[in-house]
Amino acid sequence: MSLKIKQDQARFRAIVRGRIRQGLKKYIQHGELLGKKGKDFVTIPIPAIDIPHFRFGERQQGGVGQGEGEPGDPLSPQQDAEGGTGKAGQGEGQHTLEVDVTLDELADILGEELELPRIEPRGNDRIVATRVKYTGISPSGPESLRHFKRTYKQALRRQIATGTYNWFRPVVVPVREDRRYRTWKQVSIPDTNAVILYMMDVSGSMGDEQKDVVRTESFWIDAWLRRHYPGLEVRYIVHDAVAREVDRETFFHTRESGGTMISSAYKLCREIIEADYSAGGWNVYPFHFSDGDNWSTDDTRICVELLREGILPVVNLFCYGQVDSPYGSGQFIKDLREQVGSAENVALSEIADRDAIYGSIKTFLGKGR
Amino acid sequence: MATRALPAHLHDMRRQVEAHARAYGLDFWDVIFEVLGFDEMNMVAAYGGFPNRYPHWRFGMEYERLAKGYEYGLSKIYEMVVNNDPSYAYLLESNMDVDQKLVMAHVFGHVDFFKNNFMFRHTNRKMMDQMANHATRVRRYQDRHGVEVVEEFVDRCLSLENLVDYQSPYVKRRTAPAAAPEDERRVATGFRAEREYMAGYINPPELLAAEQRRLDDEAARERKLPERPERDVVLFLLEHAPLKPWEHDVLSIIREEAYYFAPQGQTKIMNEGWATYWHSRIMTEKALRPEEIVDYADHHSGTLATQPGHLNPYKLGVELWRDIEERWDRGRFGKEYDECDSLEERRHWDKKLGQGREKLFEVRRHYNDVTFIDEFLSPEFCQQQRLFGFGFSEKHQRWEIVTREFRKVKDKLLHQLTNFGQPLIVVEDGNFENRGELLLLHRHDGVDLKADYARDTLRNLHSLWHRPVNLATKIEGHGALMHFDGKEHTDRRVER
Repeated sequence: MSLKIKQDQARFRAIVRGRIRQGLKKYIQHGELLGKKGKDFVTIPIPAIDIPHFRFGERQQGGVGQGEGEPGDPLSPQQDAEGGTGKAGQGEGQHTLEVDVTLDELADILGEELELPRIEPRGNDRIVATRVKYTGISPSGPESLRHFKRTYKQALRRQIATGTYNWFRPVVVPVREDRRYRTWKQVSIPDTNAVILYMMDVSGSMGDEQKDVVRTESFWIDAWLRRHYPGLEVRYIVHDAVAREVDRETFFHTRESGGTMISSAYKLCREIIEADYSAGGWNVYPFHFSDGDNWSTDDTRICVELLREGILPVVNLFCYGQVDSPYGSGQFIKDLREQVGSAENVALSEIADRDAIYGSIKTFLGKGR
Repeated sequence: MATRALPAHLHDMRRQVEAHARAYGLDFWDVIFEVLGFDEMNMVAAYGGFPNRYPHWRFGMEYERLAKGYEYGLSKIYEMVVNNDPSYAYLLESNMDVDQKLVMAHVFGHVDFFKNNFMFRHTNRKMMDQMANHATRVRRYQDRHGVEVVEEFVDRCLSLENLVDYQSPYVKRRTAPAAAPEDERRVATGFRAEREYMAGYINPPELLAAEQRRLDDEAARERKLPERPERDVVLFLLEHAPLKPWEHDVLSIIREEAYYFAPQGQTKIMNEGWATYWHSRIMTEKALRPEEIVDYADHHSGTLATQPGHLNPYKLGVELWRDIEERWDRGRFGKEYDECDSLEERRHWDKKLGQGREKLFEVRRHYNDVTFIDEFLSPEFCQQQRLFGFGFSEKHQRWEIVTREFRKVKDKLLHQLTNFGQPLIVVEDGNFENRGELLLLHRHDGVDLKADYARDTLRNLHSLWHRPVNLATKIEGHGALMHFDGKEHTDRRVER
């Protein structure tokens, strides 16, 4: 049964996607993608359209609450100051929802919200393993696969139909035609090994705020890719003027100083791929985050060469995210765009602040590779 | 919509709960319970409790929110009840029996409130039919004029829907205009004629009549429109804006629905508190079976949970009702109690009056949230319930608890409830500067308007008025006149 309201819902969705009524676009609030994280507690964005009214500016108004705390204490970090007096039955409520979910569910929700395509693993033709799966029943086959219950049923059916069934002495004897056997199919399991290589610029110009953006974004990328590749491996590379491989903890928390030579990271990245992931069937995802400040144009040229020769041919997708920082010149993304921007498996995105993470993830993962 | 008749065991349950409710003295209309699946439940909830509303995307938005919330396991709607005679209430199919029982008890509380509280006296008790009517009318306009055109107009109307006079059903604001005293009318005298026999020549009757007409016209123009500031801006637009017939009808539909829903917003704390009070009494004293107690407690405590920064109307309401009952049972009111200075004495004050129950029923008839809070929110209660006022700290860029002082908390709460916590805006002049412009006046009470929203609302207002529109308000302490002429916004500083 289709409900009447589905029409309204379809219309609302069309407005949100900008297909109709563009005038309303500026009233769409997307909600924040990630409010709290850790302990599997996240905020899920649900777009809402707020029709303008004459109303009070929120910050002057404040409101009344209930609970513990002394004057001067903050309310919970994410506070929308809508008081307890919504209009009953009039769709003005909170716009974000908070929920406990598992990472898999989370990835699905993310995929749904961002309309991400399913990832098409590379090398589907390269079948790695096959397995036998019993899928049906057939009238012929080896005796070892005889399906006793179905055979019995068939025999019973025949006896009743022909009138030979004896109600007082219910003996059912199958004949040759009654026999039923299991049949099987060969199912091929495509290889889905995957690795993410995170590279991050940790030179002096990358501050905590920038790293936080990277952390958040990589959390979501992880969640999404893990959903598609159960045996996902993750490797971390940090670099300033030299690159080294580190563990996860170090990756997010070190802060070095000094110059930036991006080529060092790309070189290391290529070495790792060649050493560990060159055998066919690996889906390789290098992600690189920096503030876009490279040491010299010569080094940038080396980077582009490394990408073209060594990295792009063997990876599913190369993503470069440039986090805005007050110190960076932001030149690197422009160079990349010019040199390799047209390649199919390159995604470039500029991340201005936390709010831009949403769009950036879509750029990266929206290619479905 | 596929509704299912109440299954036998729910029917029996309903019988019992209803009997308990009546025994407690609740007085309600017949209630028709319907069992819905979650999908239909979400739809009905998105429609504000009605099975049929006019087509509009915002219902779809609400539905999506509810549906997602349900899918992700965040929220589900347990109960919904419509202010209508007979009342309709919906039960969620997948609920446990103990939940259904609780919901029924809760619903009878609501219906008692709908029937008896004065705020609801003027509401249309056949709103089910009226809503369906509205839906048909809007659909017809959509067929005739196009979905987009009508929807856009509805959006504009919705942008103005809060500009109605929520008090108007309860007071008589306009009195019939008193006939203007005769001598005030300026009579045409024509030119001065020295000799009486010349008068007819100097001032022929046609000339006098023409002059009289001119004088009357002038007087009419001087009379202001509206004569006194009009709080029902939407009504003013209906009466004076150049609307096409269908536009007129759509706007009046939206106004009517706004007035229908208004009392529910104006009695939210009381109403939810009342229903909660009664479900808890009926359940714990009568209807609950021993094995159900844990599930009941779980559900009940979920309903009453509080979050910092959000006032839970269920919680505040039910606590206040219980406080009132206790105060009137023990006689903690009146001059003698108020003037008692000894804390110790006040704490043990008990006159054994036992007037609590009686008082409850009296209060549920004659109060709304504003008067309820104003009269019964006491300093002791405020402290007991840990109420606080919060505000935005510019210094720390975050929301903070500002005060726990009784007076300030109460003022803030009342401000939040008065006029729905919305700014008070009136029509000051329908012929501003004698150019047919519209002038609205914001009666500033210390909080500025949200400026970008105000501009967009003015734009919507303009599309109905078809002439430039103005809003006089205050911005950061200075008088300001916001003006929109159809193309651009200008803000002018004015002192008044």
